[in-house]
Amino acid sequence: MSNLFTISPDFSPDRISGWYIFNTWFQKQTGEAIHLKMYDNFHSQIAAIKNDEIDLIYANPFDAAMLVREKGFLPLVKPFGKTDEAIIAVNAKNTVEDVAHLSPGIRVAVTEDPDVRLMGMIMLEPGDLDANNMNIDIYDTYVLVAKHLLRGDADVGIFLAEAYDDLSNMIKSQLKILVRSQISVIHHSLMIGPKLAGKRDEFQSLLVEMSNDAKGKGVLEGLGFDAWIGIEDEEMEFMIDLMDTLNT
Amino acid sequence: MLHDMKPEDIAGDYQEITLNLFGNMTRKILYTQVETPYPDGKLIVSTTDPSGVITHVNQAFIEMSGYTKDELINSPHSILRHPDMPPAAFKDLWDTVQKGSKWQGFVKNLRKDGGYYWVKATVIPNVRNSKVTGYTSVRRKPSRTKVEECIKLYPTLF
Repeated sequence: MSNLFTISPDFSPDRISGWYIFNTWFQKQTGEAIHLKMYDNFHSQIAAIKNDEIDLIYANPFDAAMLVREKGFLPLVKPFGKTDEAIIAVNAKNTVEDVAHLSPGIRVAVTEDPDVRLMGMIMLEPGDLDANNMNIDIYDTYVLVAKHLLRGDADVGIFLAEAYDDLSNMIKSQLKILVRSQISVIHHSLMIGPKLAGKRDEFQSLLVEMSNDAKGKGVLEGLGFDAWIGIEDEEMEFMIDLMDTLNT
Repeated sequence: MLHDMKPEDIAGDYQEITLNLFGNMTRKILYTQVETPYPDGKLIVSTTDPSGVITHVNQAFIEMSGYTKDELINSPHSILRHPDMPPAAFKDLWDTVQKGSKWQGFVKNLRKDGGYYWVKATVIPNVRNSKVTGYTSVRRKPSRTKVEECIKLYPTLF
């Protein structure tokens, strides 16, 4: 029977083909039948997880607690040198230079990306801002978040730092960063579900060794990083505890 | 083991007080009125064992506390205890986390150089295989309004 693999819906659209190529490589290496299914949004992906449909997932850190503690998933690997960081940005013409000078009632543009939104909301707290005194507008992509800042119909944008850095120079020149997080320990993770738990060591060593093989290295390039790093259970538990402290 | 603070480590004019700490410990505290602002975008993270002895610190913790990693690891978390913090706040912290719940509050922390920094702290028990193996504390930049409220409130709690 085929296993179902899915990717956190916040992946960069440029990487779709990279993930399909990775899935083909992974099936060939493991001999397992794995079907890659992309979900349009976090709600539909979470529904599939809750319904025990998923066997392998490249998960958003926000979902790690539910996956590990409620659904018995085990961590395999994380991308080398790639952590999730958030940016708070405003229109460059905005005279505000510090989050503490933002006022209640502002319009905040975000995506559905849950860990970035959480980090962004924490960085707005020093300005006495929270979900109760802001208007939050959710957009499909970070490009749309930027667009609404430029148009002036959003006061503040919360970005995944990597997505902000990938915006065109023309767009970035019209925006201003107020805060960039430097948390360093929040990351996406590739995880396996209980059905595949017996394969954990085999899968983990295949993935960690992937960058030592010419073909594997090429596949990794398509995902946008150089190597996978193994994750120990305690490291994952630590990240889950940390996310839990932030989610308050 | 917690050592008394040393005058040679202190930056500027200081006051002196002896604090009674958890575990029947006392510590001579030398403290100044110099505030270090909380850095934007950073989290200060530490983990302790169940008795409050530090087992892990991140770089932001080292930078803000002014201690080296070696000085922090194996020290009681009360190495950060500022005399302006009411003991009732820490009693509430311990009562809450020992019940398995999450604690959150605004804390004035003491630096090695006698200065201080305000944080919004969240402490949670680390539960592994149904057992509490320690506590993780994550500190973030506090709202200045909340800090001002605490500056007024805390002296009334002694």
